[in-house]
Amino acid sequence: MTSAQITFLILAGIAAISAIGVVALNSPVRSALVLVVNFFVLAFLYFSLGAQLLGITQILVYAGAIMVLFLFVIMLLNLGNTNSAIQKKDGKPLIGIICGIGLFGLIASQIILPMGPRGQTAGAAPGYGSPQAVGYTLFTNYAWAFEITSILLLVGIVGSILLAKRRLKS
Amino acid sequence: MNLDQFKVAPPSVDWITLLPVILVASTGLVALLIEMFRPKQTNVAIIWTSLIGLGVAAGSLILQMGQPSGDTFAGMALRDPASLVLQLVLVGVCFFTFFFSESYLRERRIPFGEFYPLALWSTAGGMIMVSTENLLMLFIGLEVLSISLYVMAGMARQESKSEESAIKYFLLGAFASAFLLYGIALVYGATGSLHLDQIARAYALNDGLTEKLLIFGVGFMLVGLGFKAALVPFHQWAPDVYQGAPTNVTGFMAAAAKVAAIGALYRVLSGAVDLSGTWMPLLIIIAILTMTIPNLIACQQKNVKRILGYSSIANAGYILVGLLAHLQSPDKIGIETTVFFLVSYALVTIGMFALLTLNARDGKEGTELSDFYGLWNRHPLAAGLMVLFVASLIGIPITGGFFAKLGIFNDAVNAGLTLLAIVLAINSAISCYYYLGIVRAAFVAEETRPQPLGSTMPPGLRFTGIACAVGVLGISFFLTPIQAYLSGKDPNAWTNPPATASTGPSENLSSSTTNPSPDPDPDQDPALTNPGEAPPDQPPADQPPVAEPDEQSPQESSGEAAGESEGTGPAANPAPSR
Repeated sequence: MTSAQITFLILAGIAAISAIGVVALNSPVRSALVLVVNFFVLAFLYFSLGAQLLGITQILVYAGAIMVLFLFVIMLLNLGNTNSAIQKKDGKPLIGIICGIGLFGLIASQIILPMGPRGQTAGAAPGYGSPQAVGYTLFTNYAWAFEITSILLLVGIVGSILLAKRRLKS
Repeated sequence: MNLDQFKVAPPSVDWITLLPVILVASTGLVALLIEMFRPKQTNVAIIWTSLIGLGVAAGSLILQMGQPSGDTFAGMALRDPASLVLQLVLVGVCFFTFFFSESYLRERRIPFGEFYPLALWSTAGGMIMVSTENLLMLFIGLEVLSISLYVMAGMARQESKSEESAIKYFLLGAFASAFLLYGIALVYGATGSLHLDQIARAYALNDGLTEKLLIFGVGFMLVGLGFKAALVPFHQWAPDVYQGAPTNVTGFMAAAAKVAAIGALYRVLSGAVDLSGTWMPLLIIIAILTMTIPNLIACQQKNVKRILGYSSIANAGYILVGLLAHLQSPDKIGIETTVFFLVSYALVTIGMFALLTLNARDGKEGTELSDFYGLWNRHPLAAGLMVLFVASLIGIPITGGFFAKLGIFNDAVNAGLTLLAIVLAINSAISCYYYLGIVRAAFVAEETRPQPLGSTMPPGLRFTGIACAVGVLGISFFLTPIQAYLSGKDPNAWTNPPATASTGPSENLSSSTTNPSPDPDPDQDPALTNPGEAPPDQPPADQPPVAEPDEQSPQESSGEAAGESEGTGPAANPAPSR
């Protein structure tokens, strides 16, 4: 077993355990914190695959921005330990488990089958997905889309301010 | 690690093609800056800046109309007759909306300066949607358009109806966006490209799996765009949203979102025309439902905004008939009647909703049919304009609506879609009932309200109403040049209208009328596009020599000409590389 495989197994194990923790823990705050751990470990997985930009983005956007927003919302809404989240017994958990196992099997089959005897190692060119490579593409062929996306973000900011602003007195 | 291998040669960008969108979007930025520093309680500077920016954008579109077709950023931005005219319609919709918005927003006690930049960006998003063949740009444009509209719909926050409208529109719109995005992902999976013309190439492989991916992908995209255009199984949001949103936003939404969604639908369906065996029967059913169901429901409605909401759904059905006729036999039947319908529809919609704002007073507004009782006594001009707009919606001769509907009817018959033509005619008859109901309300003598709503007609509203009315009448004179321009027979039809306009009436209206407007030529073209601001008719000599004469059409291989041609980027298609 190579060191890369060991690293992968450790990271993947932590990611899986923390993902289970997100749904298994009762307190919303704890769930959110475990989700942060999951995002971080996922980012390290990306690093180990050579996708630095994806990893950095994962930490900055998900762990940094989105999860902080989640925690804010949870704390502002005062969602402490509650028992109301425990649901009545009905068919839903069963359907959920069946769907979950089905999805797991589908994804696992896509990972395991290519690793079989005929398995070929496909890999991108070194440096593919690096910040430089993405930057070159983003600011040449996709510059127009990039700029319009900035307008989209601006619309979101102005819109949320307009909707959150106090009522105009006149 | 050597990273030079990832260096990409910067594409040669045709800035002229991008210019209108850049102008509108940056006008929004300037308007936002003015909003930050403005003297309190007045939006005048914002409005005039926006109007000038829109006027310049319209001028840049009109100037481009003499230029050959082309694209830049590998199809992300496109210049062809349909895209130019539809962009011009969107700019005009925004322009007229601004004219009557301020007085209305002030009466409704929601004079937020942010409305103007948001509407400008929304327009820019719509302009991107109608002028792209790239699915990424299509999606981004749709989001820019929609998110601005969600916010504007909820602008009247103190009203639960407005909030309901915004949240409904937001949730269903997000749902529709998800469908569209899923469809785009499937198409990308099948073609390896975000460019729409790759669908035909992938379909030609005749590979079973690719075909299935394409069918599902195009199907999901149609669902997403169907939501935006409010086609019938996906129309449920429209009446509630139209009723709840502030009236000027409703008018903008009904005109701009529909034009943009139909424009995008046209691009997608043209790209997927090889699959028409699959989607054509479905869309024929959808068109029949879209024409019939809202018309039947509208007959029972008492709220004018709601009636117009249903009417706009039915109009989407008429437009879809024109689109299907074009796609059924693309060589024989052009897109020009559909575009002409959209122009006429946008003018009438903006004019009609502008008149509805007349009833706003002290933070309230009256949009029930009974609120319009006695309009004839209060505002003869408004009542007269309303009659004209309703006539155009019904399709009474000499109005733009008549020629638009007639053109689509002819197209449907010529394309062999006789069933659709019959349904269209029947529905036009049904729609008379509720359209005439609006007119009847305006002419009922007694007023039910002790305190009549809206005593004066603000100048901006007056201007919008008259300009739209002149446009509705005058567009008939421009039927021939518009159609000639769009069908590519006469690329100079727009740039020298005096010659062509004089032939227009004699060909089209010889049997129907004697010149309803005294001075057609100088007046009507600006009314159609942007009165007052942009120079109306540029003689060809004024045009800057922006385009190389050897411009190639995007379909031809552009690799060799990449150095000279300003329209096509060096990489014929960068998308598949990612």
